[in-house]
Amino acid sequence: MGAVILMPALSPTMTEGKLARWLKKTGDKVKSGEVIAEIETDKATMEVEAVDEGVLTAILVPEGTENVSVNTAIAELDGGTGGAKAAPVAAPAPVAAAPAPASVPAAPRAATPEKDWGPTKSMTVREALRDAMAAEMRADADVFLIGEEVAQYQGAYKISQGLLEEFGPRRVMDMPITEHGFTGMAVGAAFTGLKPIVEFMTFNFSMQAIDQIINSAAKTLYMSGGQLGCPIVFRGPNGAASRVAAQHSQCYASWYAHCPGLKVVSPWSAADAKGLLRAAIRDPNPVIVLENEILYGQSFECPTADDFILEIGKAKVEREGSDVTIVAFSIMVGMAMQAAEKLAEQGISAEVINLRSIRPLDTETIAASVRKTNRLVTLEEGWPYAGIGAEVAMQIMETAFDHLDAPPVRVTGLDVPMPYAANLEKLALPRLEQVVEAARSVTYRR
Amino acid sequence: MPQATEAASKRRGKAKAPAISRDELQRAYRDMLLIRRFEEKAGQLYGMGLIGGFCHLYIGQEAVVVGMQMCLKPGDQVITSYRDHGHMLATGMEARGVMAELTGRIGGYSKGKGGSMHMFSREKGFYGGHGIVGAQVSLGNGLAFANWYRQDGRVAVTYFGEGASNQGQVFESLNLAALFKLPCIFIIENNKYGMGTSVDRASASRDLSQNGAPWGIPGEQVNGMDVAAVREAGERAVAHCRAGKGPYLLEMKTYRYRGHSMSDPAKYRTREEVQKMRETSDCIETARKALLDDFGVTEADLKVIDDEVKAIVQDSADFAQESPEPPESELMTDILVEAN
Repeated sequence: MGAVILMPALSPTMTEGKLARWLKKTGDKVKSGEVIAEIETDKATMEVEAVDEGVLTAILVPEGTENVSVNTAIAELDGGTGGAKAAPVAAPAPVAAAPAPASVPAAPRAATPEKDWGPTKSMTVREALRDAMAAEMRADADVFLIGEEVAQYQGAYKISQGLLEEFGPRRVMDMPITEHGFTGMAVGAAFTGLKPIVEFMTFNFSMQAIDQIINSAAKTLYMSGGQLGCPIVFRGPNGAASRVAAQHSQCYASWYAHCPGLKVVSPWSAADAKGLLRAAIRDPNPVIVLENEILYGQSFECPTADDFILEIGKAKVEREGSDVTIVAFSIMVGMAMQAAEKLAEQGISAEVINLRSIRPLDTETIAASVRKTNRLVTLEEGWPYAGIGAEVAMQIMETAFDHLDAPPVRVTGLDVPMPYAANLEKLALPRLEQVVEAARSVTYRR
Repeated sequence: MPQATEAASKRRGKAKAPAISRDELQRAYRDMLLIRRFEEKAGQLYGMGLIGGFCHLYIGQEAVVVGMQMCLKPGDQVITSYRDHGHMLATGMEARGVMAELTGRIGGYSKGKGGSMHMFSREKGFYGGHGIVGAQVSLGNGLAFANWYRQDGRVAVTYFGEGASNQGQVFESLNLAALFKLPCIFIIENNKYGMGTSVDRASASRDLSQNGAPWGIPGEQVNGMDVAAVREAGERAVAHCRAGKGPYLLEMKTYRYRGHSMSDPAKYRTREEVQKMRETSDCIETARKALLDDFGVTEADLKVIDDEVKAIVQDSADFAQESPEPPESELMTDILVEAN
């Protein structure tokens, strides 16, 4: 009985990759555990091992093929199965990486007049983050990067690719797995005026160090009567990745945004990532940069200007509309944009606001939008209780209550630790149809 | 624990080559006395309700910071926990500013916003003043890291108690400092009690000076009641760090005469134990005796010092009561640095 070999997912968030090389050719015998091919993604090259034994009877995807989707049949063993035997190699498909914002149409021009930065080019969020760090490190010798696997490994998610080579081991430093210790060390260094960038492999691990972030980094300026500032950036992937369960899937926006003395930003696009990270590094205060693993590999247009930077505290109207305001940040902006598309088909004009900055919050931009649309939907991956949606809704109550024609509605992750099972995980996260429904309900179209 | 008097007699035996000069010891005596009188005054003001919240006095441990400070140069950094008044005075911070911070006045080092546990002076190299037990050890590594990064030859001195020495981040910091060869001197001020828990009940390590041994950090036990012994060990530690050989650890065997904080009746130890330490090992008495017996200093000379110290402390107490409370306009400032 034969088998089909499928394009495997090399990480929970991989959706496609390049079939770089076949190490076997048609007619070769293949033993289980033998390396048969090499696959490349934008962050790694990995070897594909055979699970079943047999003779390679057909190579369906030639080497050098780019953008091969996960679970595509790439070869047949012993004549294949005609679909009888499933997925010998591949991991289960990664929950379709839900919003697939790669297909999101180019953002319409913002309503808030944003500086025109001139020409743009397509780049991934990953590249944008790397370029932001490289640019600031070139400009200021006091800026350095520390974290687990940031140097020789080039970043657990390959964000720091090439930085060790350019800046050397004193400015790009691997840390042992000791978040509390190295975060405190970086905060202490910042007290002397250095400008550390601390990468958390994921923000989940920042919990080990949260005392240093809040009690030391955020409060010392106040406790010292303004003497001792802490110019530091804490960055890394935040929120749910895919199928990594409760301890590795949570949103820290609400946790950190709660604390005076911190700034919190959360980019969606490559331009957000580059502009906000550069601003965070230059900021004389501690700034939390909440990235998203699923977005790392996605491409967006990003200004190429050397001095491109964004202002912390300013939201961006990603899409103009007149019937309902949808406020989102990070990966949920992509879902909000998709919802706006769907709503447009139903005759509802949605305005999408990309918060970019969680603290300070650009209440003025949101309120201006609500004064126009009279309706508000907030969208976030995090938990509902005391979440960012709650804060946004309350700010609007305080500033634009008279303009509301319906009670604001929150779309959030469910109030539960993240389940592992694919179906349950999908249910625990915001879904496109919920956003559409929420918009319909506040516009009384339901 | 070696007795201070033993150290003093040893010194007498080697009188031809004293480890510490007359001027140095006289200066140390003055600095220790300033801390002692300052802390006694702070205790009084606390009793009068002029100082609020937590107030941890350094009385008994003065030789540790004064001896260490003698080894440092301008630009070197010091960081400690919440029992920090002595460290601030030792680094040369003004008694007025410290006392006014204790009373929560605008003339305090943190404009009254920090209090007893949170004062800083970049000018004097004092980086706090931290209220979370053990946090200053990671932060101190950061000061040393900055010196290493800038290659400026400075050293950082990180003080913590034997109670803090059990914190996880302390061991993380020992590893990091050794790994990167940071110019960091770890000072464990072992005053025998972490609040009400004696070191025997809190630490399975019987020789805290060896707590850095797994990472190859040299460590010594030092008679922390003898300022000359502290200075001597401190010089070794500083030389090691400045030579780029990485961190050094000193366990200072010391003793606090007062409770953990003002509200601690110290029922966990006997009155006799405290009394015995005061009578046989007091750092100020030991220095005073050595000055009189070994260095030809007269009672009259010491009286001049005593009077000077008394005047500084009284002036600081007056200032701390005259300085107004911070204006309400201070409430919402210094939360963020305003970008330029």
